Amino acid sequence: MADTKTIDPQEGALVRFWNWLTETQIWTSIFRHGKPTTDRNRVLVMLSNIFLHLHPVRIRKSGVKLRYTWCMGGLSFFLFLVLTFTGLLLMFYYRPTLEYAYTDIVGLREHVPLGIMREMHRWGAHAMVITVWLHMFRVFMTGSYKPPREFNWSVGVVMLVLTLLLSFTGYLLPWDQLAIWAITVGSNMARATPFLGSEGPGAALLAIGDVKLVHSGSDARFALLGGTFVGEGALLRFYVLHCVGLPLVIAVLMAVHF
Amino acid sequence: MADEPKPGGPEAPPPPAVETPAPVAPAARPVTPGAPAPGAHAPAAAAAARPAVPPRPAAPAVPAADLAGKVTTSTATAARKPAAATAAADADDASPLMGRRAWIGVAWGAFTAASAAALAATGRFMFPNVINEPPAQFKIGFPGEYGMGVDERFKETMGVWIVRTSQDIVHNASGFYALLVTCTHLGCTPNYLSAENKFKCPCHGSGFRPTGINFEGPAPRPLERARIVLADDGQILVDKSRKFQFELGQWIDPEAFLGA
Repeated sequence: MADTKTIDPQEGALVRFWNWLTETQIWTSIFRHGKPTTDRNRVLVMLSNIFLHLHPVRIRKSGVKLRYTWCMGGLSFFLFLVLTFTGLLLMFYYRPTLEYAYTDIVGLREHVPLGIMREMHRWGAHAMVITVWLHMFRVFMTGSYKPPREFNWSVGVVMLVLTLLLSFTGYLLPWDQLAIWAITVGSNMARATPFLGSEGPGAALLAIGDVKLVHSGSDARFALLGGTFVGEGALLRFYVLHCVGLPLVIAVLMAVHF
Repeated sequence: MADEPKPGGPEAPPPPAVETPAPVAPAARPVTPGAPAPGAHAPAAAAAARPAVPPRPAAPAVPAADLAGKVTTSTATAARKPAAATAAADADDASPLMGRRAWIGVAWGAFTAASAAALAATGRFMFPNVINEPPAQFKIGFPGEYGMGVDERFKETMGVWIVRTSQDIVHNASGFYALLVTCTHLGCTPNYLSAENKFKCPCHGSGFRPTGINFEGPAPRPLERARIVLADDGQILVDKSRKFQFELGQWIDPEAFLGA
């Protein structure tokens, strides 16, 4: 490893410190490869790092130009990280129950230091929806969905839906009038799911004699709300989906998407 | 699985798999395209044969050798499996019921079934047997306790307006009906505006007459009525599990209206 020392000419204090640091046993046991000065070491850098290995080893220089990518995918990922972090902090105060949900949201603004934390989460969420759409628009305009990238486009479409679902589930959590009625209206769409919604096409076919198998107590809307209207069950289900379920799925898909 | 060469009992004839490795070997040098290995699967055999078709035999010799190497390995592994199975047949076939492959099939089948059952159970988990919601059937007191017009007492708790009218538009009689408080546009709850004597939805502005008939805004059809009858004790019983829709001609049903 020592033979890959490259920053030689005038060794200042910083350079000497850097050279000493990168040769310590701790450093060399964490980064078990030489400096990325050869193709082989560059590949090793990418493949031996849990975070870097999610990304392709080689990318064309033209493929990372800001003019080409608009950095919308990167911004979406950055916003996802921001939302994960701020969301985690909000979870320390927010209780998803009829009794506390609304007052906890008010408390996050009025009683907690850095009352903008919830606003950061909210505005970040709006921004992420926008950047995801712009990312999709860019990919479409540069034709980057064409073969051999069809699969990655499809994964992206699923992640777009997940982003919107995260937005939708987060919408209910403040538990104000806007939230309740917006989710009432939105979840009524699930009634019309083919076969799985109580008023959807084909649902009437799923019956044993006169007994309907898909009714308002057993359809897709019920599974979403945990009840027949937007109430306690819906708040809890949306909370769990918003904080754990959907982020987990989208994080896995992001790893695939990179 | 069914058409795999079954190792069979000790008296079963030896499967042809043992013979396949021998004809495969010549395919490794496919200078004569006429003899593709009988055991080789079609694309591989075609690939091996193709270089020999052009008239120049010298040039394709190198790629042919490469391809030939592939053919040998792929068919060799393909042929080795049944051969190994036959070799192991004596030891494995102690079971009088099924061969080794069949047991593996049963194991995969059981695993698949168990996984499917676990998945179905997980789905069922999302549908609790008891939900904390107001009952669909409830008594709302005696008819004599109600005055004319819209009664809002059960709007919040039970989700119905009780309306007493002197002249119902469908039944042409005086009596009661129960209107569900769900807007027929997108499912919000309208407000009753007594000054204007109408139901007005705050979400998108749909308006309904006290009869339930829609007359303004985006709502496509009248409010729904619920079953309303007299209980044995003389009280009014409302049953939201049976709904009557005007546009389907269901308001004419005797249980959609309680004469009084």
